[in-house]
Amino acid sequence: MTERSATEPVTPVGTDAQVVVASHEPGPEAMAVPVDPGARSQWRDVWDQFRTHKGALIGAAVFAGICLVVLLGPYLWDLDPTKTDIRNKNQGSTFAHPMGTDQLGRDIFARMMMGGRISLAVGLTAMGLSILLGTLVGVLAGYFKRLDGLLMRLTDLFLALPILPLLLVLVVLFREPLAAAFGSQEVGIFVLMVTAIGITSWMQTARIVRGDVLALKEREFVLAARSIGTPARRIISRHMLPNVLSPIMVSATLGIATAIITESTLSFLGLGFPPDFPTWGRLLNDGVAYLQLYPMRAVWPGLAISAVVLSINYVGDGLRDALDPRIRGR
Amino acid sequence: MLTYTLRRIAFAIPTLLIIAAAIFFLLELAPGDPMASVPLTVPSEVKEQMRQALGLGEPAPVRFMLWLRQFFWIEPLNVVDALFGTTFAEGELRIISWQNRAPVFLQIAERIPQTLWVVGTSYVVAILIAMPIGIYSAYRQYSLFDQAGTFITMVGFSVPPFFSGVLVIIIFSVQLGWFPTIYDTRHVVNDWSSFWVQVRQMILPVMVLALQITSQLSRFMRASVLDNLNQDYVRTARAKGLVERRVILVHVLRNSLLPVVTVIALYVPAIFSGAIITEQIFKVNGIGQLLITALQANDWPMVQTLSFIFAVLIVVSNLIADLLYGVLDPRIRYD
Repeated sequence: MTERSATEPVTPVGTDAQVVVASHEPGPEAMAVPVDPGARSQWRDVWDQFRTHKGALIGAAVFAGICLVVLLGPYLWDLDPTKTDIRNKNQGSTFAHPMGTDQLGRDIFARMMMGGRISLAVGLTAMGLSILLGTLVGVLAGYFKRLDGLLMRLTDLFLALPILPLLLVLVVLFREPLAAAFGSQEVGIFVLMVTAIGITSWMQTARIVRGDVLALKEREFVLAARSIGTPARRIISRHMLPNVLSPIMVSATLGIATAIITESTLSFLGLGFPPDFPTWGRLLNDGVAYLQLYPMRAVWPGLAISAVVLSINYVGDGLRDALDPRIRGR
Repeated sequence: MLTYTLRRIAFAIPTLLIIAAAIFFLLELAPGDPMASVPLTVPSEVKEQMRQALGLGEPAPVRFMLWLRQFFWIEPLNVVDALFGTTFAEGELRIISWQNRAPVFLQIAERIPQTLWVVGTSYVVAILIAMPIGIYSAYRQYSLFDQAGTFITMVGFSVPPFFSGVLVIIIFSVQLGWFPTIYDTRHVVNDWSSFWVQVRQMILPVMVLALQITSQLSRFMRASVLDNLNQDYVRTARAKGLVERRVILVHVLRNSLLPVVTVIALYVPAIFSGAIITEQIFKVNGIGQLLITALQANDWPMVQTLSFIFAVLIVVSNLIADLLYGVLDPRIRYD
């Protein structure tokens, strides 16, 4: 069956886009890399436009840098983040401890890297879940008229939910049962956090995707595909999804930021990860107790969260411009 | 317009009912038992009576109906009673908190003024700051002011309130010692010096809450003014010789405010959520703090009622935003 339609969509997405669809988990800077450097592909254009946005470029670099430090750092900086050293407690910044030590003499730099791993993992996984749900609901609602009313009412309902109180309730209620079900507190709370954030943040994506799918459905190339007997699921996977990829990528980028903020908020309120399990929000919460004496202890994790969120927001901005074909040509 | 309003309200009611049911049956899964802290020496039939007094002991769907009746009928009657000295609600069971066996709404009434003061002030401050910034950065697009403004607003909504709160405490309380870190809600304002104390303790929480809203609003304002600056009516106004100040501050400003007003209505729930965090940082005993303590104490009637109030806030402000849009902009017709 020939899938290639005669009329090109607004954002012509070739076969190379499929590669990206299959792996849209990694950070945004990985997505913007052209797959085929030889030909003048669409992703090459996107990258060229992305490069002109200075803020986005710096943001991508900062985000990549933080990811690298957090991922590879613990192999190079092999101090144990949980090892207490009571003689060296409450130290300021020294060569042995670049960010000082906490009230039990644990190295804050090591704890920050450990916390960053968890915070970023929660952010990425929750974003993945939320994008998956949002795309699913959006495509189904946009493509199948029968489901549209029902699914959009559901979306409106979710949008009216009091998210923060509800998340707090979910965490309080399911922390213990899930920890018991998974056999370890960390895994339990990780699953809980990711699901809770994921199922309360998919609505915007669903709305955007639905709108785009509704518009795409009326175009000739979809009509052509349908007239040669392409089944619905193949139209969706070959013609719809590649064309709604741009808004999905933008909301995925911004979704990481929201997920990280939500996780840190819960941990900050003392309702997230347990105390011996550092995330940036938790470290900030611990630091607040020593604000008068050792203010830097609260500043480091706060700076890390803010830097990640700020850089992601800039990347999202740049990506939005780069993926918009109306802006790209200029 | 009227049919649209009615239709929206008709849709809002089932939405709220479903949300109330969702919260209620979610909390049904909770392990907490209000009788857990009662000593074991208390006989079980007394415990049963205590349960009945709290409105427990019925199956969950019945209790949900009971809660709905309490929320929508008995509590408003109590308000009427309190206002006019009538006795409509006498003998009716109110929503009782498990923490201290007092009616939930009495505690909320105690807490809500603090929250409203902080939230309201910061909203007004945010609007007053965001408008001029938005207008000026749009008017001088790509100028140094615009670039700096864009960067600052980006930072403003990237820095989460729990960090900006901690940061302003470090800077203004710990280092400079200008403002207190803790908000004293028992402080009574009766003369200028006590008023000044009140202002000083409000500055930090208001600053933190206003920062986020300001960043969002000024971005919207900038975009909206930019849209309008290229319109034909602006050229007409200039062509007929109006001074620039009048063109911007009367013609452009009025039209740009249309979408921004609806955004202001839409952000009301967001600022209340922000208040949950800010109240935790500055120890304001408002409804946000009430929610957190109720959660930690497994006080489900309180959690249920407060979460539902948040949901009502969201639904109502969405409704107001949509209706305002239709009322203010004659080009938009819903019917």
